[in-house]
Amino acid sequence: MIWNKEAECMSHEEKERLQLTRLQKIIKRAYENVPFYRKRFEEKGITPEDIKTLKDIEKLPLTTKDDLREAYPFGMFAVPRKEIIELHTSSGTTGKPTVSGYTKKDIGIWSECMARGLTMFGATEDDILQNTHGYGLFTGGFGVHYGAQKIGLTVIPISTGQTKRQIEIMKDFNASIVIFTPSYGLYLAEVAEEEGLNTKELNLKAIGFGAEMWTEEMRQEIQKRFNAPAYNIYGLTEIMGPGIALECKEHNGLHIMEDHFYPEIIDSETLQTLPEGEKGELVLTTLTRHGMPIIRFRTKDVTALRRAECSCGRTLIKMDRITGRTDDMLKIRGVAVFPSQIEKALLKIDGLEPHYQIIVSRPQHMDVLEVQVEASPELFSDEIKELVGIKRNIEDYIHNEIGLRVDVTLVEPKTLPRSEGKAVRVFDKRGFN
Amino acid sequence: MVNLTLFINKIINLGYFSLNNRRDNMKIKQLSIFLENRKGRMRKALDVLEKGGVNIRALSIADTSYFGILRLIVPDPEKTKKLLEDNNFIVKIGEVIAVRMPDKPGGLGIILGILDDNDINLEYLYAFVEEKENGAIVLLHPEDINAGIKALQDNGAEVISAEEIYGM
Repeated sequence: MIWNKEAECMSHEEKERLQLTRLQKIIKRAYENVPFYRKRFEEKGITPEDIKTLKDIEKLPLTTKDDLREAYPFGMFAVPRKEIIELHTSSGTTGKPTVSGYTKKDIGIWSECMARGLTMFGATEDDILQNTHGYGLFTGGFGVHYGAQKIGLTVIPISTGQTKRQIEIMKDFNASIVIFTPSYGLYLAEVAEEEGLNTKELNLKAIGFGAEMWTEEMRQEIQKRFNAPAYNIYGLTEIMGPGIALECKEHNGLHIMEDHFYPEIIDSETLQTLPEGEKGELVLTTLTRHGMPIIRFRTKDVTALRRAECSCGRTLIKMDRITGRTDDMLKIRGVAVFPSQIEKALLKIDGLEPHYQIIVSRPQHMDVLEVQVEASPELFSDEIKELVGIKRNIEDYIHNEIGLRVDVTLVEPKTLPRSEGKAVRVFDKRGFN
Repeated sequence: MVNLTLFINKIINLGYFSLNNRRDNMKIKQLSIFLENRKGRMRKALDVLEKGGVNIRALSIADTSYFGILRLIVPDPEKTKKLLEDNNFIVKIGEVIAVRMPDKPGGLGIILGILDDNDINLEYLYAFVEEKENGAIVLLHPEDINAGIKALQDNGAEVISAEEIYGM
């Protein structure tokens, strides 16, 4: 089933025509209504009239997360605030969050994109969908919700947490589709087994994955445990939320909703646009977003674009699943973590040497964050209980800063590698590539 | 009369002084060394001591799954501390009490009983066998070391001086 055949199976020429018309229109709207864009365009000596072909988008300046942060809270809106009917924010783990505003029309587009995606998973109005994504400022919960309601599915808006309850409801309500982050999915499976429930006997027909990076092995494991195919969902709050790109039954890349988002891949060093098929940083432009047009946003996500015929019949371009980041952001159990936050927490503790190392692993399919810290004479105590207390104390400081539990290991002085310039402090052993 | 009071006070003070001195003398200096929970760390510490010609009188290891603490009694604690620190170890000097245990079953029980009866909390202890005397010595780390020494001495335990331990 295809939700919107006209949009999803459009010929290449027709799509490019549509994209160009929409691009010209949104550039003009951004230029005329958002001072930030006008200033940026003027600095480059560009006016909306300079956009004559799709390729001309490369002349436009890139927008970064910092730009959005500077516009906090409502500086990027292209409409009077009263036309905005909903607000979301990114997690805001590195200073001020970025705000995303949606008009009624924008919520309609969001619903449409997610409806297309859920239909790719095989969802119909006969299904019952359990949505474990959080409902709130995070876009995950609502995005899935809007799409599901657009199709007419029965939604269980259970949100994250209450794991035992999740399992009970999944079984009692006979959920046929469940949406979770891969690591939460595996946790659910484990708890279910402890509760004596065989997850293979649930009547699941599809699983939607969102909000974190995963490996093919992880997908296989989840599919085996739940006896259902798992599909990837891509999205980011700055652009819209989940629904920007989703996976079809081919299980080979995510179809980008090209009539609403224009994708490019750039080299994150030279900022030059790369040809199709080459790996680089994904840059997205909203083609239809009314309340808050976003022009050439640097997602920092690493992927490649591939245009080829898909057996599902859709002509929408595909992107590979995300294999990395161009900055040092780590996604731990779905939460964005920057090494600088951990450093900030460590610097608050007296007597601690500012030498540390971060090790991320996924031993039992769950992300584990270990922070190795050099002990110092000031910290050291002859008593085990005091030393354990110090370790816990450091863990609490980091928890306060990043919102996640970590394991702190005290190591001997001068044993962590020193390097000139930028030290390599992060070792991600999860192997996403 | 006045002079007599002064004189008595003097004697009392002297007594106190010598009693305190006697107790200080009973405090054995112990080195505590931080060890991270990694292969070969204990060996590295012992290598440093061997190269520095340090004879270890007694040794114990306290460990958790996160880290360990190596506790040592050596003849020259200050010098050994410096040696270890020069080799990047974190070292602290603390104090313990050494008691010669009656060499018979239940010997340790008698000593622990004294501490227990006097409400003295023990944080840890370890023991070693004395070759010459054919006996055993237990090293005790109570919360309050002064109270510990007093209780043990008052109740007839054989508390051993620092000199004797270092010189063994």
